Amino acid sequence: MTVSKIWVLAEATDGKVATTTLEILAKARELADTVEVVTASGAEIAAEVGAHGATKVLAVGGTEGKLLGAPLAGAIAAAIAAGNGPDAVLMATSYTGRDVAGRLSVKIDAPVITNVVDLVERDGRLAGVEPIFGGVTDVITKFTTDKVGIFLVRPKSFAAEESGGAAASVEELSVPDLGATGTAVVTSRFVEEKTGPSLDEAAVVVSGGRGLGEKDNYQLVEDLAKLLQAAPGASRAIVDAGWVPYSYQVGQTGKVVKPTLYIAAGISGATQHLVGMKGSKNIIAINKDAEAPIFAVSDLGIVGDVHKVLPKLIEALQARS
Amino acid sequence: MLLLMNVVVCVKQIPDPADPGALDPQTNTLKRDGKLILDESDSYGVEMALQLVDTAGGGEVTLVSMAPNGEVSGLRTALAMGAAKAVLVSDPALAGSDALGTSKVLAKAIQRAGEADLILTATESSDGYTGVVPEQIAELLQLPSITFAKEITIEGNTLKVQRQTEAGYDEVESPLPAVVSVTAGVVEPRYPSFKGIMAAKSKPVDQVTVADLGIDPSAVGWAGGGQEIVEVAQAEARAGGTIVEDDGEGFQKIVDLLAELKVI
Repeated sequence: MTVSKIWVLAEATDGKVATTTLEILAKARELADTVEVVTASGAEIAAEVGAHGATKVLAVGGTEGKLLGAPLAGAIAAAIAAGNGPDAVLMATSYTGRDVAGRLSVKIDAPVITNVVDLVERDGRLAGVEPIFGGVTDVITKFTTDKVGIFLVRPKSFAAEESGGAAASVEELSVPDLGATGTAVVTSRFVEEKTGPSLDEAAVVVSGGRGLGEKDNYQLVEDLAKLLQAAPGASRAIVDAGWVPYSYQVGQTGKVVKPTLYIAAGISGATQHLVGMKGSKNIIAINKDAEAPIFAVSDLGIVGDVHKVLPKLIEALQARS
Repeated sequence: MLLLMNVVVCVKQIPDPADPGALDPQTNTLKRDGKLILDESDSYGVEMALQLVDTAGGGEVTLVSMAPNGEVSGLRTALAMGAAKAVLVSDPALAGSDALGTSKVLAKAIQRAGEADLILTATESSDGYTGVVPEQIAELLQLPSITFAKEITIEGNTLKVQRQTEAGYDEVESPLPAVVSVTAGVVEPRYPSFKGIMAAKSKPVDQVTVADLGIDPSAVGWAGGGQEIVEVAQAEARAGGTIVEDDGEGFQKIVDLLAELKVI
């Protein structure tokens, strides 16, 4: 194996490691002999990442209250410059992951391979598989230099699985002086109250799109979601139009979902959207345009008016319960 | 309170997303040879910039963009919304530029645009969607950055941003100047007025080459990429399903499938 050491950016909230981090660890330990994590957390995640195959936690201290992009990238770049770096750094396509990847890329003057859904070896180097045009075509990209490879990995690309490893050892990774780049601070955090299952984890997702016609009609999606214990989602078009918050967005720019069942109501299936939901086990689409691309990925497609089909569906389900 | 607020907005001119995309068979990069339009993702940053300048009571919005063939149609849209001027980097050497190459060019172009208090970008473009350019620009300019903004306010020399998070949002602060990426959909971009469209035709567009910016052309484009596409393959297609015309009973087909899948 030519890839001997991989670092994975480990994100954690209140000591609980993010699922996306665990997914990437599962792939990383397949690819490299040594897998270590870099994190703004510390010893509190050592047992969990150890159980998923990491042997060392590289804890970047002093980041409390700071935006993490600059300090984490600074610490990683300093380690690379000192000759202690890995062959590749993997991170999730998350808010923090993207910030770190961008900063790090400039610091080591190396590109980032983004939107990766799989990692393979090509000519002795790690290469990323990226779906384009809504997942119709896969592009495999490798680096042409020997610099550290930076990869941004899309959520749900791999299945998180414990390896049964012991708790990882913990080592400090220091942050060099960041100057102005390290001056962004978080002054307060707001958690939006949400009821029902989360978009990430729901077994059933019901999403609405522009075909709903107007904002008030999104209620139909909410009602159907409630009846099916599903998470409500949305296409980018209606998020951009301000009908629902960004956190509802499924697609390239939003969440990647892989539920047992995905119901797309009034969504035409722009490539932007398909990338985020094409991996669903079953897909039902309702759209009035028979030519809509969403039907090409649907197990059941109803060519019809969502304003007629959804109320009848809701009524039928209410009658059963 | 700042009396003058100069904002640079990075905008991208992209192939119309309504047209199906295609790869150049020679290079495996996205074809960008047709008419280009303003990336809708960028219209939110332009709107936000115009509002910030209004609130400050003075200053102007400058656009920075790079595009092949001196393409300006997308820039004109943003100028018609109210931006004062633009710097356009257009150079055959840029073909095949990746995110890092793009950021190096944009960072120099931002410096050419003059002293900026704030630099706005979208969170990612609608055609390349790497999502790393805002942070790369910030690092190149050695500035603080706040990505995924949904609201921006300026108090004196302090930037206050509501930043999207997985759980909700964070209030984040940094000194100016800074780079901020604006989430799509957080403001309502204005429609250019007829007067605006007419005025945009005579607004200055400073068109420059890579060399004009003091960048070695071999450091950008294909040569400067540092990455290479080694394979392009058809992804596994989903097997087609059943498509039926709704005859008023279409909902029943859904109920049946829900029952079969044991969702109900």
